[in-house]
Amino acid sequence: MQIYLPIADLPVNVFLVLGMGLAVGYISGMFGIGGGFLMTPLLIFVGISPAVAVATVSSHIAASSFTGALSYWRKRAVDVALALMLLSSGILGTATGVWLFTELRALDQLDLMIGISYVTLLTIVGAMMIYESVRAISRTRHGMPATLRRPGSHTWLHGLPFKLRFKRSKIYVSAIPVWAIGFVIGFVGAIMGIGGGFLLVPMLIYFLRVPTATVIGTSMVLTLVTMASATVMHAATNHLVDAVLALILMVGGVIGAQFGARTGQKMRGERLRLLLGLLVFAVGCRFAYELVVKPDDLYSLRYVRSG
Amino acid sequence: MRWIVITLAFIALLCGAGSAMAERLVVSLSNHRVAVTSSFVGEELVLFGTIEPDPVTSPLRPPYDLVVTVTGPRQTLRTRRKERVLGIWVNVDSREFVRVPSYLAVLSNRPVNTIANPDTLRRLQIGLDNFLLPQRIGADFADTVRDDPFRRSFLRLQTQQGLYRESSTAVTFLTPTVFRAAIPMPAAVPTGSYGIEVELFTGGNLVARTNSALDVIKTGFEQYVADAARDYGLLYGAVTALMALLIGWFANVIFARD
Repeated sequence: MQIYLPIADLPVNVFLVLGMGLAVGYISGMFGIGGGFLMTPLLIFVGISPAVAVATVSSHIAASSFTGALSYWRKRAVDVALALMLLSSGILGTATGVWLFTELRALDQLDLMIGISYVTLLTIVGAMMIYESVRAISRTRHGMPATLRRPGSHTWLHGLPFKLRFKRSKIYVSAIPVWAIGFVIGFVGAIMGIGGGFLLVPMLIYFLRVPTATVIGTSMVLTLVTMASATVMHAATNHLVDAVLALILMVGGVIGAQFGARTGQKMRGERLRLLLGLLVFAVGCRFAYELVVKPDDLYSLRYVRSG
Repeated sequence: MRWIVITLAFIALLCGAGSAMAERLVVSLSNHRVAVTSSFVGEELVLFGTIEPDPVTSPLRPPYDLVVTVTGPRQTLRTRRKERVLGIWVNVDSREFVRVPSYLAVLSNRPVNTIANPDTLRRLQIGLDNFLLPQRIGADFADTVRDDPFRRSFLRLQTQQGLYRESSTAVTFLTPTVFRAAIPMPAAVPTGSYGIEVELFTGGNLVARTNSALDVIKTGFEQYVADAARDYGLLYGAVTALMALLIGWFANVIFARD
């Protein structure tokens, strides 16, 4: 069944898009991430322009992270104070990202920027995740605990001023790295059409030593707010959010996520991280291939204005 | 004042000369309104027409050739070219095509370059190669030579999308004076007002022309969404974000297991 997308201006098969929503939703539920880094490339692959894909996916991630955030909220696994601190700079990062997005689009370099951001971020983060999880797996093989807990270990980050105490996460850290992380996630999310969950969770664990009990719930609240505001900002400035496409993706996404979460709970943590690392790395390589290999067509068209 | 009189006299003379022995085109379009709905996958419009002697006593001069040029609403597009920079492919050069048709179909009963000589075709802008496609060059607007790489690529990309086409079989003569032209409207057809120019040739000369028009409109929900996104961006974004929250909440309620 074909349906015409009013903003993307092209007809797509409803079941194809719904299937994509389900598949990405399944993966996002399994790993506890938004799945934007998979959804945006998939949409580009079916012919939707990168700009519309990035803008639309933000609303899809808002939906799936809200579902997740509600569950974590009930389990009291959200650190509201930490989420608010991250958000105060996250919104600023999102606004900067949307602004840069608009500027780059005018310079015909948006697609390139999206491509390069994907390659750099995904290959590095993917490789790090693979390395970390393989080491964890080999440690369990040798009868050692999978994760090395180093309670009380301090890095230079803990020496920074403006210290704040976050009660629910039981951490006492400077506001500077918290703000920096929030800004980076907001910025990267708006440019790349990703929620940044796969980046935020490791950052919170490694830099701020947020305990696993609150890390995913808090990350989901941040993702929810940055992506909801990215939707509004992209719609207001670039008019590129396709509500029809978003609706189909959301419905598929939230259903898929429920089944994914069940599978995820049955798997071991380090194995799950290895799988996610491989997935992230593979998507990064796919983008690298596209940038390096000579395109079929060196020429492309961009709509400037009517009249 | 005098040159106006002369011009008017000249025009009168031309018209008079034309009507001494000429043809008149009578055309009718199957549908003047193409509605783009959620299930729109493209459509084919049919233009019927006859060639009438004008005045009725004058003889007809077959064989005739017919060219139908359909132009969509004007828009400005940029053609970009990628080049390898530091090992990756980057858009380095671009040309802006100013106020060019978003849709352009040149339909004829045989290849246009066999219908009239190149000068005539160029003057009348018949065929994709002869259609005026102004590019912004500095502060000026000008069309380039027809084998300019940007112009060629622009035509190729638009043709690939089905928005530009040149067909030498789309016009068929049912009798020597009755014809039918099939106008294809692809799924991605731009909305707006379209002009249809019908030109009749015999022996390589233009002998009659007429025009018609049609509208492509988005209807119902699609139009509503597109209008809202363009005119009320902020509100539209807020509603979309709210929809996301509502669906997220619904899913949580429905699938809640605790």
